[in-house]
Amino acid sequence: MPRSMIELPYQIEYLSILDEEGKLDKELEPDLSEDLLLEMHRAMLLSRRLDERMLNLQRQGRIGTFAPVKGQEASQIGSAAALDESDWLVQSYRDQAAAVYRGQSIESFLLVYGGFFQGNQLPEGVHNLPVAVPVGTQTLHAAGLAYAIKYRGDESAVMVYFGDGATSEGDFHEAMNFAGVFQTPVVFVCQNNQYAISIPREHQTRSKTLAQKALAYGLPGMQVDGNDILAVYVAAQEAVERARSGEGATMIECLTYRLSLHTTADDPTRYRSEEEVEQWEKRDPIPRFQNYLQEKDLLTDQKIGDLEEEIEEQIQQAVDRAEEQMKELEAEALSMFDHIYAEMPPYLEEQRQALEEVLAEKEGA
Amino acid sequence: MPKMTMVEALNLALHQEMEKDDRVIVLGEDVAVDGGVYRVTEGLLEEFGEERVIDTPLAEASIIGASIGMAVYGLRPVCEVQFSGFSYFGMHQIESHAARMRWRSRGGYHVPMVLRTPYGAGIRALEHHSESREAYYAHTPGLKMVIPSGPRNARALLVSAIRDPDPVVFYEAKAVYRAFREEVPEEEETFPIGKAQVVREGDNLTIITYGAMLQPSLEAADTLDEEDGVQAEVIDLLSISPLDHETFVNSVNKTGRVVIVNEAPRSFGPAAEITARLVEKSFWYLEAPVQRVTGYDVIVPLFAYEDVYLPDAKRIVRAAREALSA
Ligand SMILES: Cc1ncc(C[n+]2csc(CCOP(=O)(O)OP(=O)(O)O)c2C)c(N)n1
Repeated sequence: MPRSMIELPYQIEYLSILDEEGKLDKELEPDLSEDLLLEMHRAMLLSRRLDERMLNLQRQGRIGTFAPVKGQEASQIGSAAALDESDWLVQSYRDQAAAVYRGQSIESFLLVYGGFFQGNQLPEGVHNLPVAVPVGTQTLHAAGLAYAIKYRGDESAVMVYFGDGATSEGDFHEAMNFAGVFQTPVVFVCQNNQYAISIPREHQTRSKTLAQKALAYGLPGMQVDGNDILAVYVAAQEAVERARSGEGATMIECLTYRLSLHTTADDPTRYRSEEEVEQWEKRDPIPRFQNYLQEKDLLTDQKIGDLEEEIEEQIQQAVDRAEEQMKELEAEALSMFDHIYAEMPPYLEEQRQALEEVLAEKEGA
Repeated sequence: MPKMTMVEALNLALHQEMEKDDRVIVLGEDVAVDGGVYRVTEGLLEEFGEERVIDTPLAEASIIGASIGMAVYGLRPVCEVQFSGFSYFGMHQIESHAARMRWRSRGGYHVPMVLRTPYGAGIRALEHHSESREAYYAHTPGLKMVIPSGPRNARALLVSAIRDPDPVVFYEAKAVYRAFREEVPEEEETFPIGKAQVVREGDNLTIITYGAMLQPSLEAADTLDEEDGVQAEVIDLLSISPLDHETFVNSVNKTGRVVIVNEAPRSFGPAAEITARLVEKSFWYLEAPVQRVTGYDVIVPLFAYEDVYLPDAKRIVRAAREALSA
């Protein structure tokens, strides 16, 4: 027959477990340990308070531009919680909630956003890649890491974060295709926060969902309520399992919202309305999860109050340490010559010496 | 004449060219509703509508590749890449096609597009937002590479770039965007691409520079005047490719001493090419070794050390004294 229909499995699963009214779907509720639930809650709260503190620091000129997480805590913590230490996390520039949850220090982020590359040094044993700023590029690194894991016969998964805007970049499509062709253990986590700077999600692509892009590459794609940490966790857990057991890659689209600024250099009033933001504030992932935990008698107002204090103290200490380090590092400008190559070539050594002289002259003056 | 920042002057150029010529189309990320992250395209959407002022999907290869197609069809796309550090996402389109279409089609098609993009350090930005990699483009036959240094020449050069029959990569110094105001005439002004300008005359030494490095070079020239009684001639290249060596060769043949200043990394950067041309054309006039003041051959550090990384008036004066003492 010259014209016939090719059957395609064309459906995208949508998952929500704890909805914005706090209604719980008991049947879908995952059986998570008390410890894990409280740990995830704490990580979300820590991220929110850190965001607020960083915004303050930025406004006071103590750090530079950064991208707030606010509103996306469930997407990040819910997905990162499905990873083991031996799994990899490939992050972008708005993922400090997950990165800190995975063992990077708060002060390391303060250093980077304070203008010191020294903050990019990862702690021993933390399998995160450093922040990738060029949109979407990191997806291919995940595909390659996963290929190597498979080649070595290891049983780890790679999770990679990116935004809705990133799904327009060629690199994203190439990464999905690579992961599909070689059936590598990647979990593509798209944090669809509805905007790429000023561009709303519906101007980014005519597709109804972002998750459906996975279908074109022969991968399962699914959409979850990204402000529902239980749903994100369940979806991520399933995808990580699939990856580890050799069934290949998955794409998860987390429907969420960037409640704050794109970065501290952005003015969102130019492209979105107050009302829209207010609508999404009602779906804030943190109070929703907090209520759930209170109903389960895992949290009380008293406990939340104590936790808030503890977090404030933790952040304060990190800020103090970071500011102290920044002061010390100010004199270390010559370190810009470090880590360019494994071994410094002679011409670079010469340039380093030239700078040393310039700096000594300044000292003397 | 109204006094404008470089951002306002570029905006004026776009407004006027779009008004005059319906072939001119502006496209890029966040250029329409947001007016561009630096507001260079502010107000264009309101005046010319969304068919001519296009907020594209987040994809530099699309922006640049589609501009090539538009240009071949006879439009004059002025595309914006949000930061020059992300222009490499369209490098395959630039190198493989924009630069070659005229050659490949034996003159049948040409690509009169402008790729505007902010470059350079000095504004406390994130990684990838501070590079000065004009050499990539200047190194590519078929492309023109323009870097204005202030509001007035930025406006004039952008108009010329839009009207140019060949693809022009147009680097805008972030450090200059709002650093100072200059009188910019309402009425049309152009400046020929491929021509340098002598911005300060002097007989003792030549300083060759462009873009954001013009200001520290002028500052250095003042210091040399005040402290050493030395008159430095300062040349603002404005175009990196085609490179107007006639202007700087004439100057160096007069002064015999030269300092070249560029923000880009030292090796294989514009200063290296300028040095080569001087060796070819001014060798017998040189009275001292050529001095280069450049960025170091390192990744531009995050902003805590960017002032140390960037060439400044002090380093330029130091190099000038070196040249004068030889
Ligand atoms: C390749 C590239 N182009 C442009 C930019 C500038 N930029 C930074 S973030 C951003 C929008 C990204 O949107 P999205 O992928 O939805 O992620 P979000 O920032 O919303 O988390 C843009 C255009 C960049 N960093 N990298």
